[in-house]
Amino acid sequence: MSIFSFARRPRRPKSAETAKNRLQILLAHERSGGGGKQPDYLPMLQRDIVEAIRKHVAIKETDVDIRMERGDEMSSLEINIELPGATTP
Amino acid sequence: MTTDLKEKAPLGRVIVITSGKGGVGKTTSSAAISAGLAKQGFKTVVIDFDVGLRNLDMTMGCERRVVFDFINVIQGDARLKQALIRDKRLDTLSILPTSQTRDKNALTKEGVEKVLDELKQEFDYIICDSPAGIEHGAQMAMHFADEAVVVTNPEVSSVRDSDRVLGLLSSQTKRAETKDSEPVKAQVLITRHDPVRVESGEMMTVEDVLEILAVPLLGVIPESQAILKASNTGTPVVLDQPSVAGRAYEDAVSRLVGNDVEMRIEGERRPGLLHRIFGRAS
Repeated sequence: MSIFSFARRPRRPKSAETAKNRLQILLAHERSGGGGKQPDYLPMLQRDIVEAIRKHVAIKETDVDIRMERGDEMSSLEINIELPGATTP
Repeated sequence: MTTDLKEKAPLGRVIVITSGKGGVGKTTSSAAISAGLAKQGFKTVVIDFDVGLRNLDMTMGCERRVVFDFINVIQGDARLKQALIRDKRLDTLSILPTSQTRDKNALTKEGVEKVLDELKQEFDYIICDSPAGIEHGAQMAMHFADEAVVVTNPEVSSVRDSDRVLGLLSSQTKRAETKDSEPVKAQVLITRHDPVRVESGEMMTVEDVLEILAVPLLGVIPESQAILKASNTGTPVVLDQPSVAGRAYEDAVSRLVGNDVEMRIEGERRPGLLHRIFGRAS
């Protein structure tokens, strides 16, 4: 097999490439947070957001929804806040 | 009629996937079994109990979407709904990832029970992916189980550890501690089975393993190249291209939900010489 392996190198199975890419993206995020500590600011961020909005509108803790999508170039944070309707102040 | 179906109470069945020994295929099996259940239409959630060494998210392919985790929910920093990740392939499947930063002591018995009770209100099957070992994390994963799938390789240390875990399931769980309650229903799932090596006498047979462990057999998963490929791409093997391993997991899932499925022990066809030289088409 070994004499032919050079010929196969460029046609490396795609799934291995996928595995490497996924790991690189994930580990870059985890390492940048100093030993993988990064996601923990999210609960605090959520609390701060709720507090800030509460200064102006009455909302419940459960009205805030945070989603994240990590990418290699950039990550996005999606924050949905449900504001009370006119009938439920 | 359809409204009747919708209003039917969820089964709320808690199943732990455990083994004692590491690297035998717990997370692979948790991913495959939960995806298999969801594929059959059961509302299923799979929980990662391996606090500090999160890996179920990668196996399920949702590692980029983790915001909150199991520990955040236990500690009241996030609501369960926020931490659950809905699978993009199957809308009946959800993943509850664990924390990568805390340690296993963050799993409290009361916290775990509370989360499981809430999940039971919504899901038919709650699959608990246990960490290796028999310490706190593994104990928490099995404590509230109704059923257990003990993942075992036909190899001495794995079988020995499985036996130890079976002992804990019958003595250290809530069902074991509660008077008059049925014991945890434990079944063994043999993984990395290689019929060629069994044939040549190098590997213990399924019968050998069952004779030693003396518990019912849930299924036999052959050693298969499809497993690594599926994990590379973050796809549970039952959702990937058809494979012997995928089929074996689907059969095991059918048995898990109570269907009578004939036990077939398949092996992966080894590629012939020409295939090995010139590479396979796919």
